[in-house]
Amino acid sequence: MIIADDLKYTKTHEWVKVEGTKCYVGLTDYAQIHLGQIVFVDLPEVGDEFSAGDQFAEVESVKAVSEVYSPVTGTIEEINEELLDNPALLNEDAYANWLVIIEMTEAAETDRLMSPSEYRDLCDKLDEEAAH
Amino acid sequence: MKKTPLYEKHMELKGKLIDFGGWELPVEYSGIIPEHEAVRNVAGLFDVSHMGEIIVLGEDAEKFIQKMVTNDISDMDSGQIYYSPMCYPDGGVVDDLLIYKYDNEKFLLVVNASNTQKDIEWLQSHLFGKTELKDVSDDYALLALQGPAAQKILQKITKKNLNEIKFFYFCDNVNIEGIPAFISRNGYTGEDGFEILVSSGDAPILWDKIMTAGKDEGLVPAGLGARDTLRFEVCLPLYGNEIDKDITPLEAGLGFFVKLNKDDFIGKEALAAQRSEGLKRKLCALEMIERGIPRTGYEVFSEDEKIGHITTGSYSPTLNMNIGLALLNIEFSEVGTIVEVAVRKKRVKAKVVKKPFYEKRYKK
Repeated sequence: MIIADDLKYTKTHEWVKVEGTKCYVGLTDYAQIHLGQIVFVDLPEVGDEFSAGDQFAEVESVKAVSEVYSPVTGTIEEINEELLDNPALLNEDAYANWLVIIEMTEAAETDRLMSPSEYRDLCDKLDEEAAH
Repeated sequence: MKKTPLYEKHMELKGKLIDFGGWELPVEYSGIIPEHEAVRNVAGLFDVSHMGEIIVLGEDAEKFIQKMVTNDISDMDSGQIYYSPMCYPDGGVVDDLLIYKYDNEKFLLVVNASNTQKDIEWLQSHLFGKTELKDVSDDYALLALQGPAAQKILQKITKKNLNEIKFFYFCDNVNIEGIPAFISRNGYTGEDGFEILVSSGDAPILWDKIMTAGKDEGLVPAGLGARDTLRFEVCLPLYGNEIDKDITPLEAGLGFFVKLNKDDFIGKEALAAQRSEGLKRKLCALEMIERGIPRTGYEVFSEDEKIGHITTGSYSPTLNMNIGLALLNIEFSEVGTIVEVAVRKKRVKAKVVKKPFYEKRYKK
């Protein structure tokens, strides 16, 4: 499992890359491994507004539906339309394929996100729990 | 949780184990999609030891089964297998099962794992004449070798000419490299294949023998996830989804297995009435027109009217489409009808299409 060093993370397995007031949001490698092959992605529309913690997208494997939550408050500026036709890209490279770009209204919110090492600890803990 | 005799194998193979009706079984090994594709193109090996096995013995065994099931077993050959629903007096389904005939006084019933206890109680409570039931579920393991290469693989490890086992027939006491096995040509995937019943103790060795025999062909271990998508594409019903205590076999499109012209059987009156009055709802195949995956239990609408629900829905690995089976009010069941599936907060358009989604490829 890969955890990229230059990103921030949520406990619901989204990754976040901040560029000024823009925020790229994707699904972590841990999430795609646990989902298995992703066969469907549902994304919001450009202009939709979300608060931090709101569900904004869904990804589905053959067996499961998984909700994706917005790490920050803001407006959807762009969606990755390529994923709509080729959802398996998320399995190929979870970090190269972002889901949406959000224009943030409260940039300070990203301070509350997890660091790569904090996120690694969380994943280790979850794996350990699953093994029992 | 209960473990099958192949539990250690699943651990060794790093199968993703889940609780399946009280049984700890693998939902997948390498992934549902590659396993599904392997079964359609080559072969897959499934552990289906959780299925229940009940032996019916005695002079009145045939008469007893005739009374309990909707299909007519009077014309069965020794060595033949019939599929049949077993109904309640109101026409709802107790379970669907396979009936294996040894002779007029000995039959094997293979029933759904989660229904085994209920079935035994139901059968026991209706027992008459010289008939005896034996639950042998714990004595045996059941392996399913499914796919177009199944025969080629199994033939490598037995001298029995497998061409002699026809579709929906079985052969007892077949020697598979020293292991005595009960082999039938049937399955739950829509492909050619075999189910192999052996003593629990022999199961792990047999599993290894089959996997080794199929190595060159590309045989893979396959889990319950692929078993479900495979049976779903060819529209084989699953108890609890397409059929249930409040869904009749006629509504589920299993009328072929309901023989209303045979003597009295449980549910006959209700099913005859339903047939003469006409069905009010019917199991239909849906193909999604708009984006979305239908899932079990999702409601189906026509404008503001709720007209039914999805019994099974999924992405179809073979067709690369999102499809569903739905129990719909009869007036919406015609092929070509446009309906809407409530996929969480959205209404997603779908079209009624012909069943099955994928044609079975049995070797008959």
